[in-house]
Amino acid sequence: MSKQYQFKLVLLGESAVGKSSLVLRFVKDQFDDYRESTIGAAFLTQTVTLDDQTTVKFEIWDTAGQERYKSLAPMYYRNANCAVVVYDITQTASLEKARTWIRELQRQADPSIVIALCGNKSDLSARRQVTEEEAKKYAEEEGLMWAETSAKSGEGVTEIFTAIAKKLPLTAPPSTRAGGARPATGARTGVDLNKQSTNAQGQNEACNC
Amino acid sequence: MDEEYDVIVLGTGLTECILSGLLSVEGKKVLHMDRNDYYGGDSASLNLTQLYRKFRPDQSPPTELGRDRDYAVDLIPKFIIATGELTKILVHTDVTRYLEFKQIAGSFVYRDGKISKVPSTEMEAVKSPLMGLFEKRRAKKFFEFLQGWKDEDPTTHQGINLDRDSMKTVYEKFGLEPGTQDFIGHAMALYLDDDYITKPARPTYDRIILYTASMARYGKSPYIYPLYGLGELPQSFARLSAIYGGTYMLDKQIDEIVTDADGNFVGVTSGGETVKAKQVIGDPSYFGAGKSIDGGKMRVVEDGKVVRAICLLKHPIPGTEDSDSLQIIIPQNQVNRRNDIYIAMVSSTHNVCAKDVYVAIVSTIVETDKPELEIAPGLNLLGPIHEKFVSIEPLYTPTTSGKSDNIFITRSYDATSHFETVVEDVQDVWKRVVGKDLVLKKRDLEVQE
Repeated sequence: MSKQYQFKLVLLGESAVGKSSLVLRFVKDQFDDYRESTIGAAFLTQTVTLDDQTTVKFEIWDTAGQERYKSLAPMYYRNANCAVVVYDITQTASLEKARTWIRELQRQADPSIVIALCGNKSDLSARRQVTEEEAKKYAEEEGLMWAETSAKSGEGVTEIFTAIAKKLPLTAPPSTRAGGARPATGARTGVDLNKQSTNAQGQNEACNC
Repeated sequence: MDEEYDVIVLGTGLTECILSGLLSVEGKKVLHMDRNDYYGGDSASLNLTQLYRKFRPDQSPPTELGRDRDYAVDLIPKFIIATGELTKILVHTDVTRYLEFKQIAGSFVYRDGKISKVPSTEMEAVKSPLMGLFEKRRAKKFFEFLQGWKDEDPTTHQGINLDRDSMKTVYEKFGLEPGTQDFIGHAMALYLDDDYITKPARPTYDRIILYTASMARYGKSPYIYPLYGLGELPQSFARLSAIYGGTYMLDKQIDEIVTDADGNFVGVTSGGETVKAKQVIGDPSYFGAGKSIDGGKMRVVEDGKVVRAICLLKHPIPGTEDSDSLQIIIPQNQVNRRNDIYIAMVSSTHNVCAKDVYVAIVSTIVETDKPELEIAPGLNLLGPIHEKFVSIEPLYTPTTSGKSDNIFITRSYDATSHFETVVEDVQDVWKRVVGKDLVLKKRDLEVQE
């Protein structure tokens, strides 16, 4: 029987580095030059197939602009299994900002979180301010995954998400929310407010069917 | 910050966050600010560092309490009634996708010196020591009457008119003892005092039905609670607002509420800059609560005080079958008071503290000049108290509706044990701000596959 694991992935990075564009490319294979900041989506999901037995479903949370004035809620980091911290290779300052976010993740998120540092806008390499060496060296020091991507051309996008999926621990018990993988379907513990029936006991059983 | 907004919201308490979430979904351009560097205002849940900073600024949290990040201690003790109005808003706005809920394990009531479980099943009702055998039969008839009531079918009314007859009349019709009345009025209808008895029975009927329907929904108690504390609620509505374009700024001191010559709202000054908007909504602390009036307009008045004691325990509350979470109601008559005393307790099961720690909050409306003594009957039920943080908070209400000056002020969080009055305030402010009733529309937007 094939298994699907679900993970929460959070996006971080300075405004306008292309966080939402990166996800839009990954989830819908689309790009829009004049895209306004994300409106109306609680989160996006996309599934990565690792082999015929295993798929990984990402629940991708965008900042919804709450990063702009240091107003991201603790809820955002809560139970995040992985994070993509994005900088813009044409803006040195955006890598500095990425370092701040990584420190924040190390402070606030679960210690087992998988973090990928992502240099976006690789299609604009003529205006490059951040060298590959510099970013890679920093990523290695901090034990982060690293890649350059272009949301515009699509280069490197699927690859980085697939690499993250491979790095996530698929062995953790499915019922633990924090840090571990969890099965995708209806496996939340506790009560489901959307459910109309009143079966109290059934709520606590993880169901993989 | 030179943009102009439709609404500026001050304070990120639950009331304000629900309002900004709903207003953003409605298409309003919202700027939401808070003077603190965390979400939740008075309805926040604090980690140990924040808790000590608030109550004992000269002390750091003892290491034996465990990791800072494991704690989310509520400042206001309230639970969510499973079929109440807050649940409706949570479901309709879909913020449930950010939250996980667990049941509160039990609801207890204090009677004649000891605590008993409010029966949640017929079996428990039969065994319950709360009533004698004959009283149980009378109570059964009373509940059958309530459950069977149909407005349109006079044969179900048994001569009672819920809108005209007082609750006293109804109690007398079924011959219920004073102790049973205490239990029904306070542990089920959740009234804080006995004023309801002489009023028409309808609201009490509604409350009892709400309680029993909620009890039937998930089983053990009528209450549910969000994992990681009540502070998750304002955060989830703030995210809803942000997703619909709301702008969030924490850690912003508000210097001044700017008005024109006629006293109408113009904008808000923060850090020397003034942001303009058509309307402002905020909690009382942004409108002069607790400050002496120096020439300015008095916008909020004090309407009583609540005393709350946050207690950290290293054991479950004695006599509660080691419940991991519960509510205990001490009806006022039992301790010769005018207002009930409430105990709300949660634990690591709800991810609000380290393992083997229990967080109990004892609260009541202040009646004397020695508030801490007033909650003693509640504190005495807890067993040894490991740490105790006591606060005495005034309750503020706005003096004006805001219709004339576009300044809309919310109410302080009251002493009730649930969020129904918070939602009433949301509905009230919404009506004043938008000019029509709050109608919850189901968004068709879902998680995108």
